[in-house]
Amino acid sequence: MSTTTGESPFRIMPAVTDRNRHFWTGGKDGELRFQRCKGCGYFLHPPAVICPKCWSKDIGIEAVSGRAEVLTFSVNVQNWMPGLEPPFVLAIVGLPEQDDLRLTTNIVNCDPYEVTIGMPVQVIFEPHPDQEVWLPLFEPVTKP
Amino acid sequence: MSEATDLIGERRAVVSGAGQSDIGRRLFRDPLELTLDACLAAIEDAGLTTADIDGLSTYPGAFGPGGFSGGGMVDVHDGLRFENIQWFCGGVEFPGQLGAVINAALAVSAGLCKHVLVWRSVWEGSAQGTGGRAAVMPGGGGSGSFKASGFMEWVLPFSAPSAATWIAMFAQRHFHEYGTTREQLGQIAVNSRKNAGLNPKAIYSEPMSMDDYLSARMISTPLCLFDCDVPCDGATAFIVSRADTVADLRKPPINIEAVATALHGRPSWDQYHDLTSMPAQDAGKELWKRTDLKPTDVDVANMYDGFSFITVAWIEGMGFCKKGEAGAFLEGGHNIARDSGVLPLNTNGGQLSAGRLHGFGFLHESCVQLWGEAGERQVPNTPEVGVACAGGGPMAGTLLLTHRR
Ligand SMILES: [Zn+2]
Repeated sequence: MSTTTGESPFRIMPAVTDRNRHFWTGGKDGELRFQRCKGCGYFLHPPAVICPKCWSKDIGIEAVSGRAEVLTFSVNVQNWMPGLEPPFVLAIVGLPEQDDLRLTTNIVNCDPYEVTIGMPVQVIFEPHPDQEVWLPLFEPVTKP
Repeated sequence: MSEATDLIGERRAVVSGAGQSDIGRRLFRDPLELTLDACLAAIEDAGLTTADIDGLSTYPGAFGPGGFSGGGMVDVHDGLRFENIQWFCGGVEFPGQLGAVINAALAVSAGLCKHVLVWRSVWEGSAQGTGGRAAVMPGGGGSGSFKASGFMEWVLPFSAPSAATWIAMFAQRHFHEYGTTREQLGQIAVNSRKNAGLNPKAIYSEPMSMDDYLSARMISTPLCLFDCDVPCDGATAFIVSRADTVADLRKPPINIEAVATALHGRPSWDQYHDLTSMPAQDAGKELWKRTDLKPTDVDVANMYDGFSFITVAWIEGMGFCKKGEAGAFLEGGHNIARDSGVLPLNTNGGQLSAGRLHGFGFLHESCVQLWGEAGERQVPNTPEVGVACAGGGPMAGTLLLTHRR
């Protein structure tokens, strides 16, 4: 997995806490990481403190493949805030590791108007090291 | 109906009065003045005085930046100097904005009080000034110190501060799965504008054609400018009374036949299991278990349109058509026409054209229609059964109302 090139745009940063640090910093090592229940194997996202499937508190951190599928998207045209230059793509992507494991993200490194539902994508990280955040974005899969 | 009648407590509550302040795109008036204007108008409409009011209920309380609240519990309680309050509740984590009305119905039904003043007040128009919506977005000033937490943690870092972009993704998925088109979605905005033309308090009343809609600038595909409601200043208030107080009231009240407040999936904009709908479908499904009435009995429907696609979720969720068939239902606009449709929809112009009164405008309009007080925009053959639905994303609340003659 790789990182975006060039200067990272202005972004409002997440408040990094002990509960979510694995998610926002995994990109430093090129990994998309989630909490995973050691009792039943369920991935938890957004991060939680107890497994909602088996109530285990024995929760580990695990890297996933970084592959995903676009479940839905929107080409955002309106300029709401400084940072990303419109038009840009907001998407909800689903991860193959678990049916209900998904996140909101941006699809980058392609023409915004060529994004489609069902498109296979892979994670790419946008570094904001001074903020302790590596944003997981997604780009079209270029190689099998 | 699957509930025993004695468990349908909301039937012991009625809407006995409704009031509205002046409404405008930007009034630049003290928002508390608008709030209290609406409250006093509702009390008068019910034929009561402030001494009769023994309950207070509001959404979202004094919470929120950017003109989101024009007056919370303390402001109104002290502002009108009530001396006999037995119960009150104001807050934001409700099943939609109309959750405040439903709370009031449950309070009178439980015998905690007899006449509850319920209000919702906004001044988002003036708060934005000339800066548009971006002026009131978190971090909109470019500040680097603000950090996103809660749900915003999962969208703000991706430059998506507005519900417009979140809702747009639901619309896109609906288009993809069911073949819904922009022309079909656009009927909601065009229909609302037509109705707004007959509403003297509407923000936008000049005619709008389907061509105007289709050529409007895109906000976040597939939603264009006219799929987004218009921020405004204004307040709406109701009196919710115990049904056995009818002799004290100025006019026959609106009966609450049933309410619903369900949220069956994950309570989140992006983690909810069904990306073509919203918890509107959960509330809608539960509503019809609490009544013998059917969707086909509804004479007028006022349903949330903060973004037009939310109305689609309500149309399907309330069972006015089957899941995935809202596009066909909206085709041509005939079904939702105020004067001739099977489901006269958003008859005051909705939030798209009459202003973002944030949920309460829908109940106000359904009550006014049932009372036969809607003037030029009155639905023909004075309707007897109405619905008011509010909330988008992971919050939904609905009321089924009757007024038999
Ligand atoms: Zn587990």
